[in-house]
Amino acid sequence: MNLTLKIWRQKNATSKGKFVTYKVSDISSNSSFLEMMDVLNESLVLKGDDPVAFDHDCREGICGACSMYINGRPHGPDKAVTTCQLHMRRFNDGDTIVIEPWRARPFPVLKDLIVDRSAFDKIIQAGGYVSVNTGGVPDANAIPISKVNADLSMDAAACIGCGACVAACKNASAMLFVSAKVSQFALLPQGRTEAAERVQAMVAEMDNQGFGNCTNTGACEAECPKEISISNIARMNREFLSARICAPKVKEGSGGGI
Amino acid sequence: MAELNSRIPKGPLADKWTEYKAHTNLVNPANKRRLEIIVVGTGLAGASAAASLAELGFKVKNYCYQDSPRRAHSIAAQGGINAAKNYQNDGDSVYRLFYDTIKGGDYRAREANVYRLAEVSNNIIDQCVAQGVPFAREYGGLLDNRSFGGAQVSRTFYARGQTGQQLLLGAYSALSRQIKKGNVEMFTRHEMLDVVLVEGRARGIVVRNLVTGSIERHAAHAVVLATGGYGNVFFLSTNAMGSNATAVWKAHKRGAFFGNPCFTQIHPTCIPVHGDFQSKLTLMSESLRNDGRIWVPKKKEDAEKIRHGKLLPTQIAEEDRDYYLERRYPAFGNLVPRDVASRAAKERCDAGFGVGETGLAVYLDFSDAINRLGKSTIEARYGNLFQMYEKIVDENPYKTPMMIYPAVHYTMGGLWVDYELMTTVPGLFAIGEANFSDHGANRLGASALMQGLADGYFVLPYTIQNYLSDQIRVPKFSSDLPEFVKTENEARERLQKLMNVKGKQTVDSFHKRLGLIMWNNVGMGRNEEGLKKAITEIAELRKEFWLDVKIPGEANEINPELEKAGRVADFLELGELMARDALNRNESCGGHFREEFQTPEGEALRNDNEYMYAAAWEFTGENNEPKLNREVLDYEFVEVKQRNYK
Repeated sequence: MNLTLKIWRQKNATSKGKFVTYKVSDISSNSSFLEMMDVLNESLVLKGDDPVAFDHDCREGICGACSMYINGRPHGPDKAVTTCQLHMRRFNDGDTIVIEPWRARPFPVLKDLIVDRSAFDKIIQAGGYVSVNTGGVPDANAIPISKVNADLSMDAAACIGCGACVAACKNASAMLFVSAKVSQFALLPQGRTEAAERVQAMVAEMDNQGFGNCTNTGACEAECPKEISISNIARMNREFLSARICAPKVKEGSGGGI
Repeated sequence: MAELNSRIPKGPLADKWTEYKAHTNLVNPANKRRLEIIVVGTGLAGASAAASLAELGFKVKNYCYQDSPRRAHSIAAQGGINAAKNYQNDGDSVYRLFYDTIKGGDYRAREANVYRLAEVSNNIIDQCVAQGVPFAREYGGLLDNRSFGGAQVSRTFYARGQTGQQLLLGAYSALSRQIKKGNVEMFTRHEMLDVVLVEGRARGIVVRNLVTGSIERHAAHAVVLATGGYGNVFFLSTNAMGSNATAVWKAHKRGAFFGNPCFTQIHPTCIPVHGDFQSKLTLMSESLRNDGRIWVPKKKEDAEKIRHGKLLPTQIAEEDRDYYLERRYPAFGNLVPRDVASRAAKERCDAGFGVGETGLAVYLDFSDAINRLGKSTIEARYGNLFQMYEKIVDENPYKTPMMIYPAVHYTMGGLWVDYELMTTVPGLFAIGEANFSDHGANRLGASALMQGLADGYFVLPYTIQNYLSDQIRVPKFSSDLPEFVKTENEARERLQKLMNVKGKQTVDSFHKRLGLIMWNNVGMGRNEEGLKKAITEIAELRKEFWLDVKIPGEANEINPELEKAGRVADFLELGELMARDALNRNESCGGHFREEFQTPEGEALRNDNEYMYAAAWEFTGENNEPKLNREVLDYEFVEVKQRNYK
């Protein structure tokens, strides 16, 4: 396959970026998208040019590092795959492919296609956990959990934190990401104890990091490589509302979200 | 010869850990606040250790090269985690898990460590459930289990095909909680370049900030390496692209002995190699062997036709299929340990029965299970793995059998540690895959997650206190001490030297050549001639690397080529040590198969009289041969036998 690539190049966080056009040839249709990028980079290095910087690590769709906006869609044209799982057989010989970083204010570009997603870590730090220390916990089978709830919890917990939902959203909303974590715990007895505090703290931090609001376009669900359901957002809104109405103590600074 | 002291507590096997905990020195809460600990790595071992130590009150600094601690490669573990809960009432016990692990490791692991591992395995499951890890459950609401290789009981807990992800996110959430509380200071996109020793003790590290390129010095009272394994020496492996050995290798060069470097696990069920542009290999979980049957054609001519696309696997009649694992190992069948399954696949392919375009593949067939249980059951068990396979290979495994072939997956070797998980450098600890301790010459499936979390949650938080208890009067370290400045300068000079080569060949081209030498000579089958050749060729390649590697850009910016170059430079040294260790070990055991040493049936032939020891290699200077130290393994409680899975 011979392809034309239009790739966003940006030297660092403060410099201005632009699209640069490259040609690659003899790409195997069996290679992955990132292996195609490897071939490009190998040729750039040999020419003495700066290779295209991009985040990637496990290359099996689970670490959530890879994050390319391909032809206007996060992770490219396929459903339910990450960039690293996308294969070149999905494209045609002679295609022009446009490759950009995630575009969202809370995800500033660091270089080329690499963005800073530490805002997600900050949201988890605000409350994305069950407050138990190591040791001194009950036997794992002490609390039965309905299989349905365990499965729903697992569905939500499958989120890989890649940020495609934010990149897909016109509001740069992180609601799908936040609601997936809120839902995972809200569905389990272990997580119920501090569910009200958790949802308020995480939503507050989400707002604090500058993510936009949800307007129910559903783009996040459509582009999520792990097919996290938008019903999690509805669940989070219910959790948030009931926490605001019923919880005896409301943390300062929480707001927005619904 | 240096004296290796494994510091195994005295007393009966089952009492050692209890006795140790009862008598070890602890640090009181006020003093904990004054003691700083560096933890490098945020995988299962690193994140669980950092969180647990911070919960105890220590001041922790935690580092990872990824953009978030949640991305460490533990996340990619699929199948499950073992524990001796005996929830299935099928005869499991702490002793049986211990025994299976010792036997699975082909009697090259330390009894006391393995017993402790089996003992704390149950605490891990309790801990993870309390954290909100959504393990698979039965309709009654209790936890489900599946079986794994090398065991005759079902003791593996799982969260679909994403167990590593869920356990890591559990540890990451515990870590995040401590970051929020200010007990852990987190440094992402930071790569450790060296460890700093002050008066013979580990007192800090030198790191590179991968965003700004700046070199930084960080001091602490103790340093914990949780930096994973070194499978990427082979270039193609199931490891993440960034997985590297720099931290453990630099520690080795500062005095930490390297244990059993040649013990590498080749995983039997990976998607076969398909082209020279390939960057990594993808694992298909061992759990698939629960329901999948492995076979190749019985007739060579059928295999040949399949390779040329003239015959489909589904067209081969039942009686013309060779289910070679079931044939050779009737007792364990498709669930033999990984090393046995890998070698059996290689044997069939070498003999000309392999399938796929290259002939380097065997079938993993689910048609029986689909007929017996229905497609929906198989989908519920392995749906995400089948989907992953189809994305990569473009074939539907519900309809046509999967093709698989062995690939490098895990390294049992690592830094030598004593019972307290301390290396031969005082104050320097190694946990998880980075150490050599628990798996002997072969790791059983679902045991890596168990070991990583055992070390991080339940072992290190006790054992490190024994070391720190006499450090309470040592004031906070300054990273301006001359030892820090010197180590930083050395790291800086090394990076500058790499940048200054300005040669003609890319880093990846060197890495691929190293990988090929390793795979051909230090892979599944090893022999004296090949190993000697590898040692020479690696040394030549290393020389060429330092004369001709080409790294674009600058050192003071995001520079992935420079990051890779530093890692490959270390692989080029470690690869040679692996070959030396394999050459020294004149026996076959576990994943280490020396072709000269096999039984008439082609099984691994151990030599317990001469090699029942852990090799602990000592660095003796840049151009000197490493020195071999031996920790003789004393099997007090288990009768050592030839492994038999027939």
